[in-house]
Amino acid sequence: MKLAALFVVILTGAMLIYAGQDLPAFGDSESPAYQHRMTQYFIENAESESGVTNIVTALLANYRGYDTLGETAVIFTAGMSVLMLLRRREL
Amino acid sequence: MSDIQQSIIIRTIVRIMIPFILLFSLYVIMHGASGPGGGFQGGVIFGAGIILYAMIYGIEEAKKKISDKANRILASGGLVLYAGTGLLAILFGGMFLEYGVIPLMPTTAYTAKILIDVVEIGIGMTVLAVMISLFFDISPPETEEDMHIHEEVE
Repeated sequence: MKLAALFVVILTGAMLIYAGQDLPAFGDSESPAYQHRMTQYFIENAESESGVTNIVTALLANYRGYDTLGETAVIFTAGMSVLMLLRRREL
Repeated sequence: MSDIQQSIIIRTIVRIMIPFILLFSLYVIMHGASGPGGGFQGGVIFGAGIILYAMIYGIEEAKKKISDKANRILASGGLVLYAGTGLLAILFGGMFLEYGVIPLMPTTAYTAKILIDVVEIGIGMTVLAVMISLFFDISPPETEEDMHIHEEVE
């Protein structure tokens, strides 16, 4: 059983390393992620539309604000679940 | 564990460092709009500061600083602050979380900047309260021996 688990881990690792060869180089400005027109749009308009100089924050809290609200709700739900399941004392 | 808690060096260093950790976490939360930072990271740093205090000075002592009730209010208050900002935009005739329509500042971009900060504070409140609450819930209850150690050192 342990050998089977080791085999699966090695196989997965080999597949990931093989697939990793095709990734663009780190910081490559010609990569598809940088060439996409949405990237150009965010770089040009994020500051004038959101008023924040950090494009990551502009995306996180403005363009994808609904998604971030969901993330906060997930963390809140996790905390409340642990509170209800594991709390050993009276509230 | 108790050896570490008894060490006067660790107790003093922790007491000196915690205000700076908490201040840095507030800086990280408020700096999210103009540089690396944000509510998630800042909230985790704040939670780590309180957890450090709880590890050295004991869970019961940490609960005197930030109680279970305060944790619950912070966790739900942060989410309400975030969702409330979104609903406020609907009240002013925009879409959910469309910050620009709220007539808070002269330009829409400036309003969005202020409200993004508000939203980051909401995220930070929820994350820090959940971090601390998780640590309090998972840690074993303190025995009388543990309490005795803290009294002895003081």
